[in-house]
Amino acid sequence: MDRFVFLLSTGLARGAVLALFALSLVIVWRAARAVNFAQAAMAAVAVYAAFAVTAASGSYWLGLACGLATGALLGAAVERGLMRRLPHRTPLPGMIGAIGLVMVLQAGLAIAFGPEHRPMRAPFSERPFVIGGVPVLSPYDLFVLATAAAVMGALALLFTKTSLGLRLRAAAFAPETSRLLGVRVPRMVTVGWTLSVATAALAALLSVPTELGLSPHAADLLFVDAFAVAVVGGLDSPLGALAAGIGVGMLSGLVTGYVSASAAPLAVLALLTVVLLLRPGGLFAAGEARKA
Amino acid sequence: MRTTLRAALIALVAIAATFGLDPFRNYQLATAAGVFAAVAGLTVLVGLTGQLSLGHAVLMAAGGYGYAAAATAVEDAAPGAGPAVVLVAGLGGAAAASGALGLLLGLAAARLRGPYLAGLTLALVIALPSAANVLPLGGDQGLPAPFFPVPEALSALIAVEQWHAWLAIAIAAVAVTPLAVIRGGRAGLRMRAVLDDETAAGLSGVDPALVKTGAFAASAIPAGLGGAVLAVATQQVTPGGYGLGFSLLLVVAAVVGGLGSIGGAAIGAVLVVVLPWLIDTAAEAVPAELGRRLDGNLAVLLFGAVVIAVVLARPDGVAGLLNRLPRRRPSTDDTAPSNHAPLSTTALSKSTKLL
Repeated sequence: MDRFVFLLSTGLARGAVLALFALSLVIVWRAARAVNFAQAAMAAVAVYAAFAVTAASGSYWLGLACGLATGALLGAAVERGLMRRLPHRTPLPGMIGAIGLVMVLQAGLAIAFGPEHRPMRAPFSERPFVIGGVPVLSPYDLFVLATAAAVMGALALLFTKTSLGLRLRAAAFAPETSRLLGVRVPRMVTVGWTLSVATAALAALLSVPTELGLSPHAADLLFVDAFAVAVVGGLDSPLGALAAGIGVGMLSGLVTGYVSASAAPLAVLALLTVVLLLRPGGLFAAGEARKA
Repeated sequence: MRTTLRAALIALVAIAATFGLDPFRNYQLATAAGVFAAVAGLTVLVGLTGQLSLGHAVLMAAGGYGYAAAATAVEDAAPGAGPAVVLVAGLGGAAAASGALGLLLGLAAARLRGPYLAGLTLALVIALPSAANVLPLGGDQGLPAPFFPVPEALSALIAVEQWHAWLAIAIAAVAVTPLAVIRGGRAGLRMRAVLDDETAAGLSGVDPALVKTGAFAASAIPAGLGGAVLAVATQQVTPGGYGLGFSLLLVVAAVVGGLGSIGGAAIGAVLVVVLPWLIDTAAEAVPAELGRRLDGNLAVLLFGAVVIAVVLARPDGVAGLLNRLPRRRPSTDDTAPSNHAPLSTTALSKSTKLL
């Protein structure tokens, strides 16, 4: 029972990070109807920027801010410089362009910083609190949960309560009509990419200190898990991403604890397959209009 | 019939060419033949049905494991069996394992569109090392595969690497020729019809789900035989050899060669085998620290840049440049300022509630 509580609580922190990364995929899906397969590599670039700034200045917070800014800039640059120029009739060119980008960014990082794993320190202790003899969340886990909750709340406010949010939603759902009403749709797509990659960068920044260390591939597994989360929750549904993120985080925590660490990716793969076959739109998505 | 003759001719030319290569080049040729079989499967799948698989390395691995398991089992059960029996049993195992996995993926593919299928296959690649540890596949060490020495009649004439290159060329020819026949025949026509417009194809009596599932299985078997070729050349199958990087290289080879083109797949396969080796050889000339960083990475960087350039400039790849005949280009009229206009109807029909 103690072990169950401990595994659930570690799964909760992992789930918050997964939900955040999945939310970044949901944002870009809603803005541009694309899954960004380069999200992990772009987040890794931002984490390396944060790592370099933290190493130079000694301040974790300065590094965090620089990492987020790098992610945002990279998102805008990739949308303007690459994604916008590809044909959009099918998703294929966008996916292939993203794969090219993954190779360029990850190989570029390995050349610039060396292939070895760099240890990255958390700003708070990772030693868990013990409540009633049961180890539960650590101060760093609490920081991760609070940050993820704050960012998701801020994004929800942005999308539902501000004029920019209204324009973003309008541009995503009815581009033609929005354009006629004066919304600059291409700019909204860029804003969507910017928000998305900055969010992904934050999720990667939060997750890397709890893992093996920083490498160009540090966010790959996070991306695959977050993709599964986004699909399980429904690519259109931010709330689905939150719920599925917590669920998948706890599932992989329990499987890691009770079976083995190498069984966790298989459990996620099995969940992804089952959901895709039974409800391809995700558990939280509404029905789709039939086409024929 | 013409396709078969042409394939036999190309295979004979390739076998003749092995006499002009040193043992290491012959080993590279065998590797390229294995990669070619997988890339040919992938390029037909992506080019003709529009389904992007990021997991063809796993299908190769399935073929490699199937080959190693079946060939070893036959060798143990009948120690007197000739190498030909062992090889054929192994290839049967490779085709069965990769075909079964491909059929499963194909059933999923029939229900899924673009990014979902790519994400599923990506998750499959990431899960391969775990699967190798959880299933009885020998963990990180992988499985050993039987070694085929040069037959006595030829042993005075050729080295073992050259013999393996011959086997590789023969297996690749057997794997790719049916694919070329499918591509040029009625099945290929059905695949193109489904790619152009699923609804119209369905109304014309073509079952899109059946075509997609069949295309995936037809693409998986050559990939599995390609994995068997690599197992013949290296005498082992390890999960480390079929990681995400290798899987993406297969996509690179298909894209650079031109999606849908089997000749382009051959060019792409040779490029992804030879270019990294050339660059790493060149990188040994620079100082050790820099060379260590460039090792393996510079080639990936270049491939990534080439893929981006190709997808921006020439969606039909190198084969399209070589092809002098005017060919119908895919319509790109939706790159106008309103680059999301063609999506608006699907976006609307899918639109649910706002946040």
